[in-house]
Amino acid sequence: MTNSIEDIEDADCILIIGSNTFEQHPLIARRVVKAKDKGAKIIVIDPRKTMTAKQADLYLQIVPGTNVALINAMMHVIIKEGLIDEEFIKNRTKGFEELKKVVEKYTPEYASKICKVDKDLIVEAARVYGSAKRASILYCMGVTQFTHGVDNVKSCCNLALITGNIGKRGTGVNPLRGQNNVQGACDMGALPDVFPGYQKVNVAYEKFEEIWGVELNHEMGLTIPEMIKKAGKEIKFLYIMGENPMVSDPDIKHVEKALKSLDFLVVQDIFLTETAELADIVLPAACWAEKEGTFTNTERRVQLIRKAVNPPGEALEDWVIIKKLAEKLDYGDKFNYKSPKDIFEEIRKVTPQYAGITYERLGVDGIHWPCPNETHPGTPILHVEKFLTQDDLGRIFPIEYKNPAELPDDEYPFILTTGRIIFHYHTGTMTRRSKHMINEINDGFVEINPKDAKKLGIKNNDLVKVSSRRGGVAVKAKITENIKEGVVFMPFHFAETAANLLTNPAIDPYCKIPEFKVCAVKIEKL
Amino acid sequence: MSFKIVHTICPYCGTGCGINLVVKDDKVVGTYPLKRHPINEGKVCIKGNYCYEFIHREDRLKKPLIKKNGQFVETTWDKALSLIAEKLKEHNPEEIGFFSSARCTNEDNYILQKFARVILKTNNIDHCARL
Ligand code: SF4
Repeated sequence: MTNSIEDIEDADCILIIGSNTFEQHPLIARRVVKAKDKGAKIIVIDPRKTMTAKQADLYLQIVPGTNVALINAMMHVIIKEGLIDEEFIKNRTKGFEELKKVVEKYTPEYASKICKVDKDLIVEAARVYGSAKRASILYCMGVTQFTHGVDNVKSCCNLALITGNIGKRGTGVNPLRGQNNVQGACDMGALPDVFPGYQKVNVAYEKFEEIWGVELNHEMGLTIPEMIKKAGKEIKFLYIMGENPMVSDPDIKHVEKALKSLDFLVVQDIFLTETAELADIVLPAACWAEKEGTFTNTERRVQLIRKAVNPPGEALEDWVIIKKLAEKLDYGDKFNYKSPKDIFEEIRKVTPQYAGITYERLGVDGIHWPCPNETHPGTPILHVEKFLTQDDLGRIFPIEYKNPAELPDDEYPFILTTGRIIFHYHTGTMTRRSKHMINEINDGFVEINPKDAKKLGIKNNDLVKVSSRRGGVAVKAKITENIKEGVVFMPFHFAETAANLLTNPAIDPYCKIPEFKVCAVKIEKL
Repeated sequence: MSFKIVHTICPYCGTGCGINLVVKDDKVVGTYPLKRHPINEGKVCIKGNYCYEFIHREDRLKKPLIKKNGQFVETTWDKALSLIAEKLKEHNPEEIGFFSSARCTNEDNYILQKFARVILKTNNIDHCARL
């Protein structure tokens, strides 16, 4: 997030795109409610009429995958009606004229045909966002999980930049992370192209060779979708710590085949997950309540977690397992840590954003990175005076709308979009072992619009088969007005009715996110 | 009987709410609001409220397991780690890949990426941020 969770309260307009904030991030939604109580207008863009959409002043039920067309049209209106922030554009940004040219053709009428949203609603949304003093954008996987996910994010940034909605309280472009430490895992360089602190492997390798005292490989590595694709061929050994790709990844049949074709698979986890079942060796890990360390939340706040109880049996903290394995490989001297705090001290040394953070300083409140030195208070709001570019200017990138990789056709006439529901977390490894959560709901379902259901002769709770070019799943139908005509929705938490047997592994060429939010399916009554 | 309250962070979504765990005789038995936390000010959602329920489940992994003829059997840490080390040495760096985790701590993620880069000389490391 460019801004903090707390300052959302100060927004006059909150634009929520592809995020079911009220179900997925309830304690962020609480700030949205507070802003609304103070008079803020809420705009929600989502193909599903979610709990969040029901709270909106303006709700735009969009065809999945058409965000760019919609945002371009909003910018078209904002420019035409003079709602841009000229001062901000002039002093702080670069690229506005090019953007202006590109959005010229995105009239509300034009976008309305692509997005299937009423043109007057588009105009109204543009006016409400464009005329707000402070407007905040919140987004989630409904923006990123597309083959054009990066374009979607850039579009959101463009909208904020041309209206000067960045660098102040109650503004910003704010991705809401689904898992507790996605931000931290990225910060720590658990990515194929960067070392800790987003330092490129092909640029910063000399620095890290010096710090770690070894020669390093400075060619970019493979992403998870690429490793799975190459498994059994170029990739022969996988070491999986705390992930469950057998439920979370697109096209599970393919994932299973890939993992089975490896020479050797190690899985380190707290339960025998669907992925661990396929392993040659399974290592028992401590869970979060059994260890110390830090998590970095979606607003870049680094926070301490504390050990409450001992791990069961012989389970060990993840870092201890890796340290022991390093010792076995005669690298004990480079992994000579006695505690998570020792590791954190090294993190501070190599990660400029974390340099000023210490365990002692974290206390209960935590600290927002970047925090360059020990007297720096941390940075709840980014880009206040300048952007992190060489010339300090924010970049506006003109973006053209492109179709998703797989569109509905005669054989597969529906768009399937996938997501989460409030009672479960990711692949369900933890929540599906929680009594209160499974009492709420423990089965998958597919949401179908009543008009579509009527055409197919399907009634509520009927068993239906949903199939794509990759596989089929039998699942209960839930007939609801909440889903747009022509679109169906499935949650991905449930391994027995896994939505990811159907999804398309096509990925964004830049950030390699798979297109979970759009694939073509057909529906048959069973 | 021993009883304590431990302040920590919710393990689920990226909001990062502060939460107190109620610990009785080395078992987490409940959660308790942490009112002075700046993000959630003592409030949590239903997932956060019951976030402790999986901790002491019987099916938690307790020993390293090794697959023999398609079946898992328990083994010792020393045997498990030696076998992994041996198998790692048998492969070229570009044949090996690591999945790190958005559920693990910064320290866990840091040490795994360092392990991959320093010992195996590979940048084949990623986590499920995209998923
Ligand atoms: S309590 Fe709910 S909103 Fe807060 S971090 Fe946990 S899951 Fe997220």
